[in-house]
Amino acid sequence: MVTEQVVDLSRLQFAATALYHFLFVPLTIGMVWLLVIMESVYVMTGKQLYKDMTRFWGKLFGINFALGVTTGITMEFQFGTNWAYYSHYVGDIFGAPLAIEGLMAFFLESTMIGLFFFAWDRLSRKQHLLVTILMAVGTNLSALWILIANGWMQNPVGAEFSYVTMRMEMTDFWALLFNPDAQAKFVHTVSAGYVTGAMFVLSISSWYLLKGRDVEFAKRSFGIAAAFGFASVCSVIVLGDESGYTVGEAQQTKLAAIEAMWETEPAPAAFNLVAIPNEAEMKNDFAIEIPWVMGIIGTRSLSKEIPGIKEIKARNRERIVAGIGAVTALEALRRNPDDARAREAFERHKADLGFGLLLKKYTANVSQATPAMIDRAMNDTVPRVTPMFWSFRLMVAFGFGMLALFSLALWYSVKGTFADKPWLLRWAVYFLPVPWLACEVGWFVAEYGRQPWTIYGVLPTHLSVSTLSVESLYGSLAGFVGFYTVLLVVEMYLMTRFAKQGPGSLGTGRYANEAHA
Amino acid sequence: MLLDYTTLKLIWWLLVGVLLVGFAIMDGHDMGVGTLLPFIGRDDVERRVIINTVGPHWDGNQVWFITGGGAIFAAWPLVYATAFSGFYWAMLAVLWALFFRPVGFDYRSKIDNPIWRRTWDWGLFVGGAVPPLIFGVAFGNLFLGVPFSFDTQLVSTYSGSFWELLSPFALLCGVVSSAMISFHGAIYLAHRTQGELQWRALRAAGFFGGLMLLAFAAAGVWLWMGIPGYVIRSALDTAAQPNPLAKTVVREAGAWFANYRHYPLTSALPAVAFVAVPAAQALARSGRTMAAFWASALAIVGVIGTAGAALFPFILPSSIDPNASLTVWDSVSSQLTLTIMLVATLLFMPIIITYTAWAYRVMGGKVTAAYVRENSHSAY
Repeated sequence: MVTEQVVDLSRLQFAATALYHFLFVPLTIGMVWLLVIMESVYVMTGKQLYKDMTRFWGKLFGINFALGVTTGITMEFQFGTNWAYYSHYVGDIFGAPLAIEGLMAFFLESTMIGLFFFAWDRLSRKQHLLVTILMAVGTNLSALWILIANGWMQNPVGAEFSYVTMRMEMTDFWALLFNPDAQAKFVHTVSAGYVTGAMFVLSISSWYLLKGRDVEFAKRSFGIAAAFGFASVCSVIVLGDESGYTVGEAQQTKLAAIEAMWETEPAPAAFNLVAIPNEAEMKNDFAIEIPWVMGIIGTRSLSKEIPGIKEIKARNRERIVAGIGAVTALEALRRNPDDARAREAFERHKADLGFGLLLKKYTANVSQATPAMIDRAMNDTVPRVTPMFWSFRLMVAFGFGMLALFSLALWYSVKGTFADKPWLLRWAVYFLPVPWLACEVGWFVAEYGRQPWTIYGVLPTHLSVSTLSVESLYGSLAGFVGFYTVLLVVEMYLMTRFAKQGPGSLGTGRYANEAHA
Repeated sequence: MLLDYTTLKLIWWLLVGVLLVGFAIMDGHDMGVGTLLPFIGRDDVERRVIINTVGPHWDGNQVWFITGGGAIFAAWPLVYATAFSGFYWAMLAVLWALFFRPVGFDYRSKIDNPIWRRTWDWGLFVGGAVPPLIFGVAFGNLFLGVPFSFDTQLVSTYSGSFWELLSPFALLCGVVSSAMISFHGAIYLAHRTQGELQWRALRAAGFFGGLMLLAFAAAGVWLWMGIPGYVIRSALDTAAQPNPLAKTVVREAGAWFANYRHYPLTSALPAVAFVAVPAAQALARSGRTMAAFWASALAIVGVIGTAGAALFPFILPSSIDPNASLTVWDSVSSQLTLTIMLVATLLFMPIIITYTAWAYRVMGGKVTAAYVRENSHSAY
C-alpha cells in the first residue's frame, strides 16, 4: 500500500543518495580537465614539475573518484528498487540515455582511469596524455547523458502516452537529445564542476603558500587553477540555468517560485532582491525590488511577459479539470480497449492526463473528485516559494563570491604577486567548501522546484514509487546514510592527510614531507 | 524501421544475455580474485600482488554491471521495475557489498597499517563474494517463480520477503554462481601471477571448478525431477504491443526442458560448460594460462546460456499470478527504443572491446612482489 509516508521516505532516500553522490561528481568533472592541462604542459615543455603536479593532484582526484563510483552504483539501480512505477512508466525514454551513458562514456572513463594511474611507465608521454584526455572526455560525456535524462524529467519532449502499454513511449529520439533544457543544464552543471575543481586546487595551493612549502609547485598550481576557475565561473553565471527558464512550463513554474512572483507583471518584470514570501496569502510581506531586471534575466527581452504564480495555478486548475476526463477514459479503456467512446474522450483530453493523475493523491476515484480536492491539487502544482526563493539566492551569492575571488586570483596571478598577498590566499583557503555548497543548493533548486512531478506534467511523484513497506524504507534509508557517512569520513581523512602531506607523498625525493618506506 | 518488432525483441533477449555474460566474464574475474584474496594471499606483499592483477581494470569491468542495469532499464523497463523493487533487500545487499570495492581497491594501500589493510581485504572479499552469490540465488528464484502481481494500471506488488528467496534450490544455484566466479578468478590469477601464488591459484581452480560442475549438475537434476516450468497456453502474437496481462500461462512438470526437446542444439550449452571447465584446468596447469582464461569464459557462456535457454521466453515468471509473468514478448520497450539501443550497442560495443583489450595489453605480464615494492607509492 502506497501511503504518503512511503512517498516521503522514498523521496528522502533519493535526495540523500543523490546529494551524497553529488559531493564527488563535480570535483571529478572539473579536476579531470586540470589534470589534462597540467599534463599537456608537461608533454610540451618536458618539465618534471608538471608531471609531479599531474600525479599529485591525480592522487587526490583518485581518492575522490572512488567515492563517486561507489555512490554512483546506487543511482543506476535506485530507479528500479525505489521508483518502480516511474521506471515502468517512462523507462522507454528515460532508460535509453542511462544505457548509452554506460556504453559511450562510463566505459571509456573507467577504463582510462586505470591506465592513468598505472601506465606512466608503460606508455609514451603522448600516449599517456591521450589516456588522460580520453578520461576527461568520458567523464564529461557521462554528465551529458545523465543531464539529457534529467532534462527530459523537466521538459518531457519527443514522447507520447500509449494506453495499450500503459506508459510513455519515445516518438522522437532527436528531440530528447537536443532538448534545450538538457543543453542548458549540461553547460551549467559541468561549468559548476570546473569551478569546483579549480577551487579545490586553488585552496590547497594557497595553503601551501601560506605555510611557505613546496612554493614553486604551489605557485604553478595556483596559476592554472586561477585561470581555469575564472573562465569557468564566468560560464556558470553567464550560461547559467536561467537561459533555460523560459523553455517549458516546468521552468516557468520554477522561475515564478524562485522569484516569489505571485502576479504576472507587465514586461519587463522587476526582480525581488530580498523578500519575505507569504505562502498562505500568496503575496510578499516585504520586498526590495529592482525594476526591469527579472524580465531581462528571465526572457532576455524587454517585451515578453513572465507568468506569475497565481496565473500559473489558474491555468493548471483548468488542466486538472480536463485531466479528470483523461483519467476516467483511460480507466475505461484499460477495462475494455475497444470502447470507442472512451477512446474518443481519451484522445480529446490526453494532453492533461498527468494533471488528472495529481488528484490520485486525494482520491482513488478521480471522476468523483470534489472542488476542494481540485483546489488542493492545484496548490500542489507550484513548489513552496520560501525554500526556492532563498536557496536560489544562496547559490547566486556563492557564485558571485567565487567570481570575485577568481577575478582577483587571476589578476594577481597575471601580475605575478599573488604569493605575497596573504589575505587573498586565506580567502581562497576559507572558500574551499563554497562550490560544494553552491552545487548542492543548485541541485535542490532544480529538483525540489520540479515537484509535485517526477516528469513534469506527465507523472506525479506520489504515483512514481515502488510499493514497499515503511519498515523496508526506514531500514534502507538508515543503511545508505550509515554507509555513506562512514565512507565519507574515511574519504575526508585520506584527503586531508594527503593534502597536508603534499607532493611529498609521491615519494620522489623532491618535496617537503617526503613519504617513508 | 530497420527490423520488425519480433526480431528486435529476440535480438534484445540475446543482447541482454551478452551483457550478462560479459559482466560475468569481466567483472566476474575481479570478483573471483576479491573472493580468493584473503585465502590465497598470506602476507601483505602477496595480497598487493593479487590486488594489482586487477588494479588497473576492475573499474572498467564494473561498468558491465552498470551498463547491464541501464540496458535492462532501456530494453525491459517492466523487468527492471518489477525485479529490482521485488528483490529489494537482495538488490541492496548487492549494492552495499559493491560499495567496498572502489574504496577497498583505492584506499587499502594508501596507509601502511596492518589493521587498516586487513579490514579492506575483507571488504574486497565481501564485494567479490556477495554479488555472485545473490545473483545465483536470484536466478534460482526465476525457475521457482517470483511472487508478484499487477493491477490494471500495471502497478506491481511483491508479496514475498528476502528470506523466502533463500530456498534450498535457489541456494544451490547460488553455489553454482559463486563457485563459477571463484573458479574464473582463480584461473585469471594463475594467468597473472607466478611461483607459490600461482600454485595456490591452480589449486583453488581445481577445487572450485569441481564444485561448480557438481552443483550445476545437481541443479539440473533437481530442475528435471522436482520443479515445474511455465508454459504460455494462449495464442501468441509476438509482434503485439507489449501487455503482460494479455496471456494465459500454466505451470507444468518438465516444462523448463521444453526448449531442449524442441531445439536439441541448445543442449550444446550445458555440454560446453562440462567440457570447458576441465579444459581450462588442464590448460592452466600446462602453463597456457591465457587459453585457460578463455576456456573458463566459455564455461560461463555455457552455464548462463543453459539457464537462459531453459527459461526462454520467460524472464520473470510470477508464482502467484502466472498470467502476469514477464516474457521477452510482453515486457519490452517500444520498437523505436529497441532500434535506437541496438544501433548504440552495435556502434559502441566494438570500440569498448578494442580499448579494453588495449588496456590489458599495456598492463599485461605477471605481477610480481618486486613490482609492488618498486611502486610502493603508486600501486594499489
